[in-house]
Amino acid sequence: MSYFFQQTFNGLVTGSFYALLSLGLAVIFGMLGVVNFAHGAFYMLGAFGAYFLLQEAAIGFWWALLLAPLGVGILGMILERLLFRRLYRLDPLYNFLLAFGLTLMLQDAMRLRYGVQGQPYGTPDALKGAVNLGLFAYPTYRLFTIVFAIAICVVVWYVITRTRVGMIVRAATEKPDLTRALGINVDRWVTPVFGFGIALAALAGVLAAPMRNVSPLMGSDLIIVVFAVVVIGGLGSIFGAVLAGFLIGIITTLGAVFYPSLANTLVFILMAVVLLWRPAGLFGNPEGT
Amino acid sequence: MSNRAMQRSLLGAALIFVLALPQLVYPILALDILLWGLFALALNLLLGYGGLLSFGHAAFWGSAAYAAGIAAKQWGLPFPLAALSGMVVAVLLALPIGYLSIRRTGIYFSMVTLAFAQMIFYIVNQWRGVTGGENGLQGIPRTLWGLNLSDPTIFYYAVLPLVLLGFWLTFRVVHSPFGHVLVAIRDNEARARALGYPTDRYKLIVFLISAGLSGLAGGLFALGHGFTALEVVHWTTSGTVVMMTILGGIGTLWGGIVGAALVLLLRDWLSNWTDAWGVITGAIFVLVVLSFRRGIWGTLLQRTAGREQRS
Repeated sequence: MSYFFQQTFNGLVTGSFYALLSLGLAVIFGMLGVVNFAHGAFYMLGAFGAYFLLQEAAIGFWWALLLAPLGVGILGMILERLLFRRLYRLDPLYNFLLAFGLTLMLQDAMRLRYGVQGQPYGTPDALKGAVNLGLFAYPTYRLFTIVFAIAICVVVWYVITRTRVGMIVRAATEKPDLTRALGINVDRWVTPVFGFGIALAALAGVLAAPMRNVSPLMGSDLIIVVFAVVVIGGLGSIFGAVLAGFLIGIITTLGAVFYPSLANTLVFILMAVVLLWRPAGLFGNPEGT
Repeated sequence: MSNRAMQRSLLGAALIFVLALPQLVYPILALDILLWGLFALALNLLLGYGGLLSFGHAAFWGSAAYAAGIAAKQWGLPFPLAALSGMVVAVLLALPIGYLSIRRTGIYFSMVTLAFAQMIFYIVNQWRGVTGGENGLQGIPRTLWGLNLSDPTIFYYAVLPLVLLGFWLTFRVVHSPFGHVLVAIRDNEARARALGYPTDRYKLIVFLISAGLSGLAGGLFALGHGFTALEVVHWTTSGTVVMMTILGGIGTLWGGIVGAALVLLLRDWLSNWTDAWGVITGAIFVLVVLSFRRGIWGTLLQRTAGREQRS
């Protein structure tokens, strides 16, 4: 029984990454209508940012948790201003393709600089060891990841649904022209929101650094799994993104325990089932495409 | 020149070009240009005429590559039959994938096809007994009823009729009533449905044709190289073919082969200088998407059309 709980917690850890990434995708999609294929690359950049800060400037995990997402978020804002902005009026496919090109560039640049081998990143001292949860002991760092990710998701959800900033963002997402007519400068919000979504991906990357090897390709397979998560949750739904993230994390981890060969395909099988049953995803709006 | 005469001279020039190609570049590269060209054409049929951007076509190209490789290596089938088995496998896979994918449109369709292609990638990777896992399949023979076709130039000319058949089939599809209905669906699906066309069935059929032609190209690709590796089912393969299509020109019949030739020649040429291939490919792709969306062939077509109107 304790083994089962332990695996559930492992599922929550995986789910934390899925949830943070798909939340960032949902925020960017909601505001800009961009399906950001480069999200995985920004996740990878977040992890490399933490690695770089530690190696080159001896800046540890806690500061990296703040600085790496900030830096990657700013990079995202620059890219939005220079590149993405030019394609908003066109078919969303072009933004998707632009992000794909960026992914190739970022991944390969990191490969040239650091090679394909993973770089190790130590667990921060304060989070070493394990916590006794009664039934079983669980690694402190993993527990921290779960709690931190849930906290971030709750804060983002709160800001978007309960504050004035969130109200503007939601209004601008749903009815940009009407919002403009009410005297709100929608375009001013686009760049920061894009940067924020990117920063969420980078944050997930920093969290992943002590747990998984920091490597140029760490984001490329993850992003496709997260796309499946997003399809299951229903793209455009913030709530769906987070809930599906954690849920899929738990289901796939437990599934992999019982049928190990299914580990990597289970999420796509789930996606196929959900698509058959609800083409718009679990929490998606069937009216939208 | 009248439209028809121009088309005919274009066709002649293209035929001379593909016949002379192994003399212009080394034969394996020539074969790659031919096969990626067919792959890009197959994708363009779906994207340019059906309005559906599949980002998971590596599933069909790659699964056919493995199927053709296995058919040639394990069962000793001659290469046309091996390529045909690859094509059949691709179409069989495309049936459930297409059925589920066309339930979504636009960018969602792309994401769903990508996810399904990744499922195929994992299966190929896991199924070591059949696919060789990370080692891939080595030593795939190229035979034609006892004839040994290991010389790449000879194999090129042996493959050419099959590829031309694929091209011809695509041209026929585009210019048939089916192709016109497809364009109508792309332009306004609700209107096409209101006119009484079963749009989902049309979309599924074009998906199957596109997957089958991709499979034909992929199977021949594996046979031509004599081995196949996981790369053929990886998502970067799907991305590469999309890039070739866009570089050549969406919705143009010749764009695919122009784009494929350009990307492959560029890759070949650049590999002498640098291994930053991904950075350069990515940068080209970004530039094309930002400022050259009609692609090379598309731009040429527009220029000539403009001149004709003026004269």
